[in-house]
Amino acid sequence: MSIKQPFEKVVEEHGRTVLRVCRALLAAPDADDAWSETFLSALRAYRELPETANVEAWLVTIAHRKAIDVLRSRQRQPVPVEELTEGRTEAPTTLGVPGADDGLWQAVRALPDRQRQAVAYHYVAGLPYAEIARILGGTTDAARRAAADGIRNLRRNYPGGGPA
Amino acid sequence: MNNHDDLFATQADTDARADTDTLARLHRTLERAAEEEGLLDVAYRTVDSPVGTLLLAATPRGLVRVAYDVEGHDRVLDTLATRLSPRVLRAPRRLDAVARELEEYFSGRRRSFDLPLDLSLSKGFRLLVQQHLPSIGYAQTRSYRQVAELVGNPKAVRAVGTACATNPLPVVLPCHRVLRADGSPGGYAGGPAAKTTLLNLEAAA
Repeated sequence: MSIKQPFEKVVEEHGRTVLRVCRALLAAPDADDAWSETFLSALRAYRELPETANVEAWLVTIAHRKAIDVLRSRQRQPVPVEELTEGRTEAPTTLGVPGADDGLWQAVRALPDRQRQAVAYHYVAGLPYAEIARILGGTTDAARRAAADGIRNLRRNYPGGGPA
Repeated sequence: MNNHDDLFATQADTDARADTDTLARLHRTLERAAEEEGLLDVAYRTVDSPVGTLLLAATPRGLVRVAYDVEGHDRVLDTLATRLSPRVLRAPRRLDAVARELEEYFSGRRRSFDLPLDLSLSKGFRLLVQQHLPSIGYAQTRSYRQVAELVGNPKAVRAVGTACATNPLPVVLPCHRVLRADGSPGGYAGGPAAKTTLLNLEAAA
């Protein structure tokens, strides 16, 4: 019999971090979809999760796969014609909307895949590089280098970043 | 830990309020999807009442737990996760009918409950006693001994007390109508004051 905490506690404790990870990987509303897919998958598998597991690393691993799925399905789907016609081409402006400053996430999303993932999982989710290497494949050092390269690029390209 | 956290801390502050709204919306989506896919083993919500905030929890079979504040809602949820399933989610919709009937009860407009119940937290003699509780009508009371006689085991007075004390569905299964032989309220999961409040409410309605 399990001594696992109610799943609601998992959502409470990690929902915000997973949302930020999803935003670092995908633009809204894809980020929202990835969040939903992540927690639904997690709920499905929760009973079988070992009690000793690092829940946040487990969630980030699921989010990583879901984000890849979303990106792949986007690449496969041609943009529907109607979305190219007038009135549907521009995203609604977020100027002046509190909290809608997506600037940093945009800069993170513009990074090459590995750098983006390493930055998101280390700096946003707070995972150690060994855990990130397990998610991405490759060595701990490679994960550390990818994050360092990513941060260097961010400092260069993100206006608010400034010199370290 | 590292010297690049400033970048992300500023963005986190910018996001905080919008995130709260987004997370509330995403939570509702998760509740719906979990219900549709049959993953919502235990849904719960809380309601305010004259006897304090009540926790209501339901499985797909029915209402499985009503808990008083003094029982510690977090502890009750932990117990449900352990005894039933850890797939526990705050998902009010499954409890809409329960909340409505309780509100009617507390406003004196309802005298009995008409809800699917899941009694899987009880078994044996306790279950037998709890199942008999609704036969004590609104605003009536019985002694522990009378209930023992009712279930055909007149000597099990103490066991009836235990069955009432471990009632997983207080208010709905009216253990508050079972009193000591001298008419004093006796123990209650919600505290003696809650028991008296319910008895007074029924007497006044």
